[in-house]
Amino acid sequence: MKYLSEYRDPELVQEYLGKLQELTTRPWTLMEICGGQTHSLVKNGLLNMLPDKITMVHGPGCPVCVTSLGVIDEAIWLAHQPNTILCSFGDMLRVPGSKESLLEAKAAGADVRILYSPLEAVQLAVANPDKEVVFFAVGFETTAPANALSVVHAHKSGVKNYSILASHVLVPPAMEALLSDPENKIDGFLAAGHVCTIMGMEEYYPIAEKYRTPIVITGFEPVDLLQGILMTVIQLEQGEFKVENQYSRYVQREGNRMAQATMQEVFTISDRAWRGIGNIPASGYEVNDQYRNYNARLKFNLHLPAVAENENCISGEIMRGLKKPFQCPNFGTACKPEHPLGAPMVSSEGACAAYYHYSSNLAAPLP
Amino acid sequence: MQLSCPLPKFDFDVITLGHGSGGLLTHRLLQKGVFDILGNEFLGQQHDGASFHMDGKLAFSTDSFVVHPIFFPGGSIGDLAINGTVNDLAMCGAQPQYLSLSFILEEGLKTDEFSQILADIKTAADKAGVKIVTGDTKVVEKGKGDKLFINTSGIGTVHPGAAIHHQHIRPGDRVIISGNIATHGMAIMSVREGLEFETSIISDTVALNHTVYTLVNRFGKGIKFLRDPTRGGVASVLNEVAELTELGVDLVQSRVPVEEQVEAACEMLGLDPLYVANEGIFLAIVSEDIAAPFLQALKEDELGVNAAEIGVVSVNHPRKVIMESRIGGSRVVSYLTGEQLPRIC
Repeated sequence: MKYLSEYRDPELVQEYLGKLQELTTRPWTLMEICGGQTHSLVKNGLLNMLPDKITMVHGPGCPVCVTSLGVIDEAIWLAHQPNTILCSFGDMLRVPGSKESLLEAKAAGADVRILYSPLEAVQLAVANPDKEVVFFAVGFETTAPANALSVVHAHKSGVKNYSILASHVLVPPAMEALLSDPENKIDGFLAAGHVCTIMGMEEYYPIAEKYRTPIVITGFEPVDLLQGILMTVIQLEQGEFKVENQYSRYVQREGNRMAQATMQEVFTISDRAWRGIGNIPASGYEVNDQYRNYNARLKFNLHLPAVAENENCISGEIMRGLKKPFQCPNFGTACKPEHPLGAPMVSSEGACAAYYHYSSNLAAPLP
Repeated sequence: MQLSCPLPKFDFDVITLGHGSGGLLTHRLLQKGVFDILGNEFLGQQHDGASFHMDGKLAFSTDSFVVHPIFFPGGSIGDLAINGTVNDLAMCGAQPQYLSLSFILEEGLKTDEFSQILADIKTAADKAGVKIVTGDTKVVEKGKGDKLFINTSGIGTVHPGAAIHHQHIRPGDRVIISGNIATHGMAIMSVREGLEFETSIISDTVALNHTVYTLVNRFGKGIKFLRDPTRGGVASVLNEVAELTELGVDLVQSRVPVEEQVEAACEMLGLDPLYVANEGIFLAIVSEDIAAPFLQALKEDELGVNAAEIGVVSVNHPRKVIMESRIGGSRVVSYLTGEQLPRIC
């Protein structure tokens, strides 16, 4: 397939692997930020083709995985309200809340719809004027512009029965939280290509500088990932810590200004609780005051009691790169995709699910 | 599609509860709709059941059809209801002969939609060479169904030379797929509410019985296993094989045939074609010595032009399906958990 097969070329993969083998003199631990990258590394079998000296740890960039239990409970509560349609991206449905998942709420009669675009939720609100339509707006900077646009669109067309439950999270504060952790062992980052398509490169320069850590903005196909890894290792081997752009076919230094403007129009930066990691200051987006009528939390006066995470789930350590899924005593036993203890086992981009589905042949002794 | 019969004309526009009462309305619905279109010497008796003679070893199968939407690019629930049960019997090495046909209609179903589906059933049954010999029609209240559900059961005579059973599978046996995968599932997906996307993907639903029977007739015991990888796709069938035989399956990604626009649609929606439902293809596990002529014969059939050998049964990694990825890596292909859900980004 055009524009895809080029990035899955076996010969190019071998060439990069050879160069990587040749250039790597010391053990390096790299983190790929985005769950889509984790998924691709495992699904393509790339993880077990890398030189032994290179350890990939899997970052917190899976929106399904980092959405806190409290927010999942909010979505489920909204879904159960009379005359309310809760719309969500597909893979949020299986994530366990403190009592049930959205999928279970749907089976119990709640009106939960899977959509591909928040703009469809606005159309649904127009088609159902006697119902409240809420879109569960999760995701990193990648999904935020479209979610913001749905609010602007609803506002401009006078749609009043639409609101969003914003649970947006931001990459740079999470990277800083990881790097300032005393247990941190990350030597370099593959930054998330799609996030940077929106946000550009600028916010990463101060992080690379402050923590003396190379950051390479990287795509998602096997050749992208290998090239990103190679660029990071070259920097590490030479003692450099620059921000580089592997994904230059999409990412520009300034990002997508129009998308950024739409986000700024609707959202304000807020603190956000990350599942398994905890509260990170200024790490999320909430609907701003100007658009408060589209904030589901205010519209439904949402105040749910705080809930504790499942203590048997080590997702926090996995998403901070401290442990691998195989090092969890519950991996594949008490915790499986059909009865997950935590979100990384649910989403197709979660590190645990990726390992479970694609790499039980990787169950080799761990370093 | 060329219809082999005129559409039945009803003197009412929608199905009502009265059409399921067993009274006059039921009689009129059946007479105009079912008997006039599908009529044959068995249905003509209007008896509670059909009686007939059959010789030899028999195969019997049943399937229910709840597809949404009921019309999709390349077919309808009517085509599926015939082809589904016909193919299940074909996978047993049988030539299907007689089918039952039961409808559960939802009050409010438009009669012209019902007419079209009856016509599709007639066309599909004629192509497959099967007769509808008994049936039933019920009507449920609005909201208790999804326009209409269909159940068909079928019976056929197993080819005397067939020995299709997973117990016959041995290491070294070859895995052959009869055509492009994931086509039907993506055709349905392209017209689902909320997911519509512009494409010319058309369902490949078709009766495979003639193709399969010819192969069974020629290759007999060399064919160890046949399955139509419907729900759960190719990945699920191969996992079943691995589990039942306690052997492994080695799959080669670059050999798995997927039509380009189907692959593009899967990429776009974040779905893996190995898990997408199929209708018009089958998966065969055959002994190594007949693999080449089997594949050759299949490719010469109009329903097998895209056939390919995609893997081999192995003693390594028992109970697991391992795929060599396009870039030369390897990964496990596991069972699907729940439904394949679209990804966020």
